[in-house]
Amino acid sequence: MSEVSMTVNGRKVQALVEDRTLLVNFLRDNAELTGTHVGCDTSQCGACVVHVDGKAVKSCTMLAVQASGSTITTIEGVSGGADLHPVQAAFREHHGLQCGFCTPGMIMTAVDMIRRHPEGLDEATVRAELEGNICRCTGYHNIVKAILAASSEMAKGAKGKGRAKAA
Amino acid sequence: MYAVNYHRAKSVSEAAKLGKGDAKFLSGGMTLIPAMKTRLAAPSDLVDLTHIQELKGITVTGKNVTIGAGTTHYEVATDQRLAKVCPAITYLAGLIGDPAVRHRGTIGGSIANNDPAADYPAAMLALGATITTNKRSIPAEKFFKGLFETALKEGEIVTSVSFTAPAKCGYAKFPNPASRYAMTGVFVAKGKEGVRVAVTGAGDDGVFRSRELEAALSRSFAVDTLEGVRVPSDSLMDDMHASSDYRAALIIAMAKRAVAQASA
Amino acid sequence: MGMEGIGARVARKEDKRFITGAGRYTDDMVVPGMKHAVFVRSPHAHADIKKIDVSDAQAMPGVVAVLTGKQLKADGIGNLICGWMIHSKDGSPMKMGAWSPLAVDRVRYVGDAVAIVIADTKGQARDAAEVVNVVYKERKAVTSAVEALKKGAPQLHPEAENNLIYDWEIGDAAATDAALKKAAHITKMHIVNNRLVPNAMEPRAALAHYDKAEDHYTCWTTSQNPHVARLVMSAFYNVAPENKLRVIAPDVGGGFGSKIFIYPEEVVCCWASKKAGVPVKWVADRTESFLCDAHGRDHVTEVQMAFDKDNKVIGLKVDTIANFGAYMSLFSSSVPTYLYATLLSGQYNIPAIHANVRAVYTNTAPVDAYRGAGRPEATFVLERTMETAAHELGVSPAELRRKNFITEFPHQTPVIMCYDAGNYAASLDAAMAAINYKGFEKRKAEAAKRGKLRGIGMSNYIEACGIAPSAAVGSLGAGVGLWESAEVRVNAVGTIEVLTGSHSHGQGHETTFAQLVTERFGVPIDSVSIVHGDTDKVQMGMGTYGSRSGAVGMSAIVKALDKVEAKAKKIAAHLLEADESDIVIENGALKVAGTDKNVPWFQMALAAYTAHNLPGGMEPGLKETAFYDPTNFTFPAGCYICEVEVDPDTGKTDIVAFVAADDFGNIINPMIVEGQVHGGIAQGVGQALLEGAHYDPSSGQLLTASYMDYCMPRADDLPSFQVSHQNTPCPGNPLGIKGCGEAGAIGSTPAVINAITNAIGTNDLEMPATPQRVWRALQTVGK
Repeated sequence: MSEVSMTVNGRKVQALVEDRTLLVNFLRDNAELTGTHVGCDTSQCGACVVHVDGKAVKSCTMLAVQASGSTITTIEGVSGGADLHPVQAAFREHHGLQCGFCTPGMIMTAVDMIRRHPEGLDEATVRAELEGNICRCTGYHNIVKAILAASSEMAKGAKGKGRAKAA
Repeated sequence: MYAVNYHRAKSVSEAAKLGKGDAKFLSGGMTLIPAMKTRLAAPSDLVDLTHIQELKGITVTGKNVTIGAGTTHYEVATDQRLAKVCPAITYLAGLIGDPAVRHRGTIGGSIANNDPAADYPAAMLALGATITTNKRSIPAEKFFKGLFETALKEGEIVTSVSFTAPAKCGYAKFPNPASRYAMTGVFVAKGKEGVRVAVTGAGDDGVFRSRELEAALSRSFAVDTLEGVRVPSDSLMDDMHASSDYRAALIIAMAKRAVAQASA
Repeated sequence: MGMEGIGARVARKEDKRFITGAGRYTDDMVVPGMKHAVFVRSPHAHADIKKIDVSDAQAMPGVVAVLTGKQLKADGIGNLICGWMIHSKDGSPMKMGAWSPLAVDRVRYVGDAVAIVIADTKGQARDAAEVVNVVYKERKAVTSAVEALKKGAPQLHPEAENNLIYDWEIGDAAATDAALKKAAHITKMHIVNNRLVPNAMEPRAALAHYDKAEDHYTCWTTSQNPHVARLVMSAFYNVAPENKLRVIAPDVGGGFGSKIFIYPEEVVCCWASKKAGVPVKWVADRTESFLCDAHGRDHVTEVQMAFDKDNKVIGLKVDTIANFGAYMSLFSSSVPTYLYATLLSGQYNIPAIHANVRAVYTNTAPVDAYRGAGRPEATFVLERTMETAAHELGVSPAELRRKNFITEFPHQTPVIMCYDAGNYAASLDAAMAAINYKGFEKRKAEAAKRGKLRGIGMSNYIEACGIAPSAAVGSLGAGVGLWESAEVRVNAVGTIEVLTGSHSHGQGHETTFAQLVTERFGVPIDSVSIVHGDTDKVQMGMGTYGSRSGAVGMSAIVKALDKVEAKAKKIAAHLLEADESDIVIENGALKVAGTDKNVPWFQMALAAYTAHNLPGGMEPGLKETAFYDPTNFTFPAGCYICEVEVDPDTGKTDIVAFVAADDFGNIINPMIVEGQVHGGIAQGVGQALLEGAHYDPSSGQLLTASYMDYCMPRADDLPSFQVSHQNTPCPGNPLGIKGCGEAGAIGSTPAVINAITNAIGTNDLEMPATPQRVWRALQTVGK
């Protein structure tokens, strides 16, 4: 057992957990944030993607104790207090989700993708960078559309304000 | 996952002390944690190396490259100085796993694990890299010992890899459609010591150098040289995803792409 | 149409919770005192259980209970059933082998549940499950249906001699044989339809809570049809009487058929919750899903298509063997019969058809409906054969199809179905125009310069949806009716709740259904809520599958809305002192036509509930219920064209263009409909290129039991799709809807394979057409 402590969406979460506890289970059970999902056992589906210290990470492939001391952002906190993050808004506008189960991981991956590509994105890049996220409902068509739209929307916003929007 | 005890090491020497018996070193954990989740790996203890500063970073001095074992695939893939002297390795790093995996997985973890379908071992072998541990330096040729086997001994930790960037190098990977690991990956390098071609994902004993391709490309380092060249399939992996003769064909196809990339 | 009414691309109301992480799936539910379950599963494909010793497991830390099949049987829990009776052609009923929710003396596939371990944490339950000592005596296993029928094959169930469940036929054998005899040309094919694993992204789960004081169960579960789950668990599995069992299917993360069926796990969790005295939660691992979710497809078919000298199809003879796995899943029997063979006429005028279907037990996971369910298999048989015939006859695949299209409606096929409306040529033309069919040769030549083999292939599918007229399916053996229910509750302030027996697990019902109400009453869409998925809230319903929620579920809502409208108009007429027939509803008000006299919708609703001033004899309140039973199936149809490029060095296929031209009848929300098509195409392409469940034939182990080995379609496997509609309204239901949920998965698969075989110049290619298979096929070309 270890005392694990991390900042999740700006809130300090602390608990004594078994060392084998995965970060995703810590987030779901201890932080009571159930937006982060588990869709596979082999680190491939990406339903569990969160940001650890600003980078997209599969929370099913990291022990909670490894993340102790880190700053975590989950789908519940990605908008940073705004109603919706531009990526969340784009997923809704472009129908980038159906059953919603993969969606939190998709959005967290997309936010990270856009952050890493300030030069902008094209369809091929988006599709390649979604390798670690599986969706069974949408055929990815509208997910790709939503990410491209959010990327250009955010670039416009960044230009307008001379700085990047909340990520 | 079975119960396990976690230790966070602050230095290589502390980690080495902790890494005894049934303990395992944990770097990015992108292979080890999934193996533990499916209960295929059951270490008693995990020694986390990711907080050890001395394992991190990339130095490029002229053509000489040293990559700290704790450097992530993402850091390798996006290092501009490294891309200038050895673009194939940054390209290779950008093909490992997916973006989230690349944020965590490290070069040290990858080569210490020596998965027969991992990408880095091919690069290390073709680049004639030296693997440095807390105890010694090991040439790549002697480091990789077969499926998931390396020259590492108990308590021995990879601290860095280093190599001299060759004049030309290229990598091409044909991923397994499901797992996206290399079903065949070929790294070609043309440097002072001649042409070296290393193949991952295909050999039934892990990464290997292809003497046939090296001989052919030594005659002329060009895609056309590979027309009609055959590699033997008898020591290649044979599974439901790819038979050995198909893998033999993929080796040629990937070698052509790698040479084209190296020559571009 | 208004901004939020019928035909509008309204952004989904349900999305806010999904995009903010506030969705509530079964695994998100927490009940005080809840414990975690892990199932002990058979590692063998076929074995006798000699002994189960749970003592070591019971002594493990955190363990609450370890329960076995013997205890389950002793408590009277029933065997799992197949709810659709099929009779063999000799008149004998199908041979249903016993399926205990926990195996008692024999296991029949890898993953067969043997015991349940309940502990404080899932980790502890798993630790304990590993030490449950089950002594097995292995038997020989068989995984292929063709092999299972052979003499000397391992026998699975004493009830089914030679593993044969039924030997069924449809159509006119003599007329078909006569057609074959006089044919100018016969195209013969051997067609394998590969086994698929549905893989909804949310794994199956159940949380069962037995309330001792009330002697009442609540079960949250990943179901496409919670009412059917309650009915079956109550009537057949003896879990509890219906009034003592509440089934809730909250947000469900995809189904694709796999969550229709009532599986052992939810039954066992309910029983175990009472037995162990704790709420029990079970959530499948992905590998558990691979092993135990009902799989799809797995047919082997011999087909003969007969043509006369004018290239008109004069007969079709089909012989299919369907692999059912180890047990008959809930609707398994209907899939290769009434959902398959009845569609073998396709879009074509075929005077004589005969199909024979044998259903067979094997030591594999049960097989049941998976997106399309039988109709993809029928389309694949027809469209591969039609394409092959065109090549054999030396005519254009498009023109051969066009020549044989049904053009007059209604059209009675020789295999039960009566098509009500369609325009197949319109979709063919639209698809050919969209992909620039004429320009293909030029594109092929350009690809050849890059060393790529370019191919084009089409598929013209039809499906029977809007499942289904109760009397018709009852006469064919269904154990349930397939109507749908709806209740429309207008609240006192005018907001509206629609309670539906349909279940949304990605389909967007909360939006589409609300659009109907908005269209009808002119109220803002935000004032309409859709309630579904809870047997305590919705009286009864049949759930969502078979593209039925539009054609059947929404028709029930329309019927209820009719009743609400009639009463609302009566109230308004009374308030406005006007004649009821003069009242019209516009922009959220009830108006006297041609005047400015009106009463706002909310005021009328308030009047209904205050009941101070209602027409004489009228009951207070405004709430209406309707049950809608369709009179026919609906028949969506369309044309899909796929263009591929194959890399001859590696055998890798890239889909470079994909066009879908569909006739879905009238459409409520085009954005959602297009999304359904995209997803369906991805699944169909997955079947063609990537996905295949593969069992080791001797050990019966599933070799593709995780995403490491089972290839799921990813974003970079697919292109963006070009989707269009050429709709002919369905005359059979009030909205003119045909249904769109399965079309993509039905129509796309043969188009992809037809394109690849066109590209590589050989027709000998099994699915999935992996790079290795395509490469190997290429090695035979020109040799």
